[in-house]
Amino acid sequence: MSQRLVIDPITRIEGHLRIEAEVDGSGVVQKAYSSGTMVRGLEIILKDRDPREAWAFTQRACGVCTTVHSFASIRAVEDALDIQIPKNANLIRNIMIGQQYVHDHVMHFYHLHALDWVDVVNALQADPAETSQIAQSISSWPKSSPGYFKDIQARLQSIVDSGQLSIFANAYWGHPAYKLPPAINLLATAHYLEALDWQKDVVAVHTIFGGKNPHPNFLVGGVPCPIDLNSDVALNAERLSVVGDAIQKMVEFVDQVYLPDLLAIAPYYLDYAGLGEGLGNFLTWGEFPGEDINDASKYLVPRGVILGRDLTNIVEPDPKDFAQVQEFVSHAWYDYSVGDATGLHPFQGETNLNYTGPQPPYEQLNVDQKYSWLKAPRWNGTPMEVGPLARVLMMYASGHEQTRQLTEAVLNTLNAPVEAVFSTLGRTAARAIETKVFVDALQGYYQDLLANIASGDTATFNGERWDPLSWPGHAEGFGFTEAPRGALGHWVVIDGRKISNYQLVVPTTWNASPRDAQGQAGAYEASLVGTPLAVPDQPLEILRTIHSFDPCMACAIHMIDAEGKPLTEVRLGGNTC
Amino acid sequence: MEILAEKMTESRLNVVSKSTQAGQGARSVLVLGLGNLLNSDEGLGVHAVRALQADRAADFPQVTFLDGGTLGLNLLPLVEDSSALLLLDCVDAGLEPGSVIELAGDEIPRYSGVKLSQHQTTFQEVLGLAEIRGALPARLHLIGVQPASLALGTELSPQVQACLPGVLQRVEALLQGWISGEGAR
Repeated sequence: MSQRLVIDPITRIEGHLRIEAEVDGSGVVQKAYSSGTMVRGLEIILKDRDPREAWAFTQRACGVCTTVHSFASIRAVEDALDIQIPKNANLIRNIMIGQQYVHDHVMHFYHLHALDWVDVVNALQADPAETSQIAQSISSWPKSSPGYFKDIQARLQSIVDSGQLSIFANAYWGHPAYKLPPAINLLATAHYLEALDWQKDVVAVHTIFGGKNPHPNFLVGGVPCPIDLNSDVALNAERLSVVGDAIQKMVEFVDQVYLPDLLAIAPYYLDYAGLGEGLGNFLTWGEFPGEDINDASKYLVPRGVILGRDLTNIVEPDPKDFAQVQEFVSHAWYDYSVGDATGLHPFQGETNLNYTGPQPPYEQLNVDQKYSWLKAPRWNGTPMEVGPLARVLMMYASGHEQTRQLTEAVLNTLNAPVEAVFSTLGRTAARAIETKVFVDALQGYYQDLLANIASGDTATFNGERWDPLSWPGHAEGFGFTEAPRGALGHWVVIDGRKISNYQLVVPTTWNASPRDAQGQAGAYEASLVGTPLAVPDQPLEILRTIHSFDPCMACAIHMIDAEGKPLTEVRLGGNTC
Repeated sequence: MEILAEKMTESRLNVVSKSTQAGQGARSVLVLGLGNLLNSDEGLGVHAVRALQADRAADFPQVTFLDGGTLGLNLLPLVEDSSALLLLDCVDAGLEPGSVIELAGDEIPRYSGVKLSQHQTTFQEVLGLAEIRGALPARLHLIGVQPASLALGTELSPQVQACLPGVLQRVEALLQGWISGEGAR
């Protein structure tokens, strides 16, 4: 007999995700279904607006990574109107994008993902001297004395004694799938708390270049911060030095805390090097362009597609090819004017909402029908995984030397074969590997920016096409970024100087997509099959794999929800399937 | 390049001295209005702090009045940098709509149920983190109002609107007590 396990909501993610899994009598997942339970609708809001202001609306898709939709938007409009941006603007954008990765990945690791692996309550059993010894053996990070860890432990004890676990309240403490020794649990808990100080310092990069954080300012044609070394209000030497200091703090934390912690924790969870594989198909739109964004060969992260784990053959996808990129709604709560069995390219995309699911509260979704607010994006009809693993594979397969060295070093440390990268652990390690690659690249972009300014170039904005009268009557553009969670694309159609169609295909729509017209599962759905659950009503193992994708449902699907409604966390149905 | 490098060294010293100065005055009295302006009474804290900014800020030059909105975790540094913190928020205490609720110190809960996402890091969790990090303000007080409506809308319900003047008076009295040093927590 199999049973239907419902996890709604999945916690410690962005937004609302529901997973329904069919679990067999021995507690192994046989089939899984991923449902986005909120609708977004930004496409509807953007219709008939000025394309130069679209970034300010799309940015609000998320309150955590608050730059990615702006980058995709301004790049889409620049592509449509054939605008080249100045060298300084490209370098500043690259620094902002790099900061976003490092900031987001560290916060994801410690604040959203770590609690799947680290048993905070068990840290109370640790010997602080042992934690100190481990800390000093893996890193030169200065906060590592026995007294420091003892102090953290004492504060944790007082929180536990008070009965208010607060931010740590929502987890399966004591679950048999937690494997770390107490000393490492204490180490990771200390760094969880330290990361909060660190993030406060590193957001300065966005504040300086974009005027504020969260949700910095953007500009079609460049960046909104003029460079004037003699001005108090422009980007001057003082502000540049603050950016330099922030980058230094990022480098130190990644080198001395994040990477050593990952390598200290991973050996206890090697079974996850063989779980959570998923599709084996990967897509990237690419990131960190050189001076010409149209020259994809100069991107640090290549634009590419890998099919069936074949790292010897990277195909370059064409985002404007109507046959290559399509979204399907056969299992999503939308109607297409051409019928639901046909996929539509985003330039022709439609956003006609039609909810046909059960009236809440409901026990389970009818997965043979429509069951999600996420459409199913496909490349040449094939489902794709996007994100850190896709990017690292693309850099690895195209011969990026540092990526190869880091990947091999991690595999050697874990004594794991190269196939181990196609897994939950591989995804989590890839996030750390690319963080190291990007934080080093950040230092390079920063030095390039200083050198270019020192050479006398202070241009940050190209205003040749700012006036709508200079635009063609009809224009189409594709804008992209590799968001922390994966490939993000915006497609804009401009008619009569206004937006006539706008479509966002976001990373989590690729990863969390429902089945398509052919019945092919999305990446989350595929990755859960075969996962054994030690305690089926505490499905920690499912959370580990889903969190390894870093779901961002707020960006995939969006609506205003009355906060604080009581929601069932985990339910077990007795259905025989 | 050398000129830029020189300027940067010079300015680094400026930054250090500025942040030292800021650090000295940073632990101060903060009045933080919390809530979502788009859900009618959920925005009570923001409506209240805006009214205070407009009418009372001049009477309390040593107090910072801030619209904290729904910024969640981003508010942690501001909380940790204050020595006395007064929170204004909509609070569900199961009372009659418009009832004013006051909680002090440990009476303020540090957790409020299932955490759905980082978007919903509730302010109570920010307090919980500040506590674990040993940086909770010494003086902590909350003035809340039981909502009548959380429906979409940018205005307060009539019941909650009617109690706003009383809330502002309470804030004023409390701050006066804090500043004159009489108001123990």
